[in-house]
Amino acid sequence: MITVRDLSIGHGRMPLMEHLDFEVDRGDVFLILGGSGSGKSTLLRHLIGLQTPLRGTIQLEGIGDPRFVHGRRPPFGVMFQSGALFGSMTLAQNVALPLETWTDLDADTIASVVGGTLRLVGLEGAGDRLPAELSGGMKKRAGIARALVLSTDLLFLDEPSAGLDPISAAGLDELLVTLNRSLGLTLVVVTHELESIYRIGSRCILLDKRTRGILARGEPRRLRDTSPDNFVRAFFNRRSLEAVR
Amino acid sequence: MPGEDNGDPRRSDPRAERRLVRYDASEARIRFAGALTTVSAGRLRAELYRALGEGPVRALDLSEVDRLEGGAAAVLADAWCTVDTLPRPEFIGGEAHVRDVLDLFVGPDACAVRPVPPRRGFFEEAGAATAEMFANVRALLDFIGEATLATVAAVRRPWTVAWSQVSRQMERHGADGLAIVATIGLLIGLITAFQAAVQLRKFGADTLVATLVGLSLTRELAPLMTAIVVAGRSGAAIAAELGTMKVSEEVDALTTLGLCPFRYLVFPRCLALVMVLPLLTIVADIIGLIGGALVALGTLEVSLRGYVLATRDALTLNDVLGGLIKAAAFGGIIALVACERGLATTGGAEGVGRATTGAVVKTLFYLVVADAVFAVLFDIWGI
Repeated sequence: MITVRDLSIGHGRMPLMEHLDFEVDRGDVFLILGGSGSGKSTLLRHLIGLQTPLRGTIQLEGIGDPRFVHGRRPPFGVMFQSGALFGSMTLAQNVALPLETWTDLDADTIASVVGGTLRLVGLEGAGDRLPAELSGGMKKRAGIARALVLSTDLLFLDEPSAGLDPISAAGLDELLVTLNRSLGLTLVVVTHELESIYRIGSRCILLDKRTRGILARGEPRRLRDTSPDNFVRAFFNRRSLEAVR
Repeated sequence: MPGEDNGDPRRSDPRAERRLVRYDASEARIRFAGALTTVSAGRLRAELYRALGEGPVRALDLSEVDRLEGGAAAVLADAWCTVDTLPRPEFIGGEAHVRDVLDLFVGPDACAVRPVPPRRGFFEEAGAATAEMFANVRALLDFIGEATLATVAAVRRPWTVAWSQVSRQMERHGADGLAIVATIGLLIGLITAFQAAVQLRKFGADTLVATLVGLSLTRELAPLMTAIVVAGRSGAAIAAELGTMKVSEEVDALTTLGLCPFRYLVFPRCLALVMVLPLLTIVADIIGLIGGALVALGTLEVSLRGYVLATRDALTLNDVLGGLIKAAAFGGIIALVACERGLATTGGAEGVGRATTGAVVKTLFYLVVADAVFAVLFDIWGI
């Protein structure tokens, strides 16, 4: 579904990651992992076309280069780290915006779709509230609802469970697993929350800022148990580097 | 109270004046004694460096240390790393709780050299500043280009414009700012008339006060003062609003929803200010003329009818229209600069503050430049 070839990314001309190659298959829950400052979110911004690569290509199946989709009906949904809801709009208005912009649905139908989508993410009855009145977890769920509402089959999520209490984080992870299994959504998730990694991830890449590349790739539990690399084992076992040496 | 720790180490610790560091030449070691606290770290550092200069040191003896706090341990580690001779002196002695604290600071990487970014010289600084200035100009030109494209697209497909946003922006930046603009307009009219009255009375030219107030208000003062008020009020608000949206990823969210930020955010604000500023200027014109009339009636031998007739004779339609055209251009400048600064925001809350300040300062500068350009153009066009 996504093919990345020889990708170099960074801010300005300074490369953060170089020569990245990976694929995301349809139906995957694909995790982009790495320590703080390793370039996970920057890679995500490139995958959704918000930044231009220094080198290399990103191809989305049936779409091509993600930079050229802006200004058209979005072929994928994005949930940003804080939800990125528009502060002057209610929750329902936030979720309705893509429908009002890109469909010819009448107001009643839009309200119905919005209500159903909010129910799907566990926010029924909260449609009239402003983002400022919501908790962090609710904002993230609302961000997912807005990303889902146009029924795309590819969803990008930036640290969905970061900063949430364990119960909210687990609930959000369950929602993502449900969306993946029931709706067949392909999910690309940036995270470094270990519990989430094991709960939701089917495949992952681990970015390493020292080598500016992918240090490991594969199934998270398998990497945890069998990787010969100290950093990989330390990451997946939540241990310090000294502890695994 | 006796024994109470009031924060002064000399009072709370009767041994505080005792030397913390002693050099033992016979065994080539430095002995530490007493409580090595953060409060006494300055004294510890001075005594330690003095001791290090007294002769060769093979060991640092902590066996007489009662207590070691983090600040003092940091001083020990720092001094230990500055010793040139290798191997460095060994820490010996010390109770377990003292060694635990010390080990935190004197680990395997304690003396690792951190790369210090090279200091740039004058020419490098000047070059970097020049490059940054060109980058800013380029960013502004890019922004104007994008805004122009958005305007063209909006004209070609007007149904894609968020008209509800335009009316909301007009209300926020126009109707809500009416009171302050009217007040400023009244004060400008009063002040101009006072100044004119004082000077012109000396020459018996009382009736010229109406001419002076009318012309200066409609052609110059009302558009410029209104623009300055709107720049401070609305320009700052727009920059802060868009800056906050930028740092909270709302602008990115718009883009990924297929909505062009220029058409959705910039165009409505520009259109609103271009339409609202001439309207506010008309209000400032009228209220300013009333202010001038009040001063003239109160201080000069001029009747209301005479003042009104003199104003009517002095003003032409070109004077008023010229001022309004200028106001519309000022509105565009305020909105463009504020939007550009807002959308260029980086760096969280501090960045939003910087963007807001930058928007107001840049706008005021561009307003004065634009006013000068208009003065030349109006002269050429005979307006």
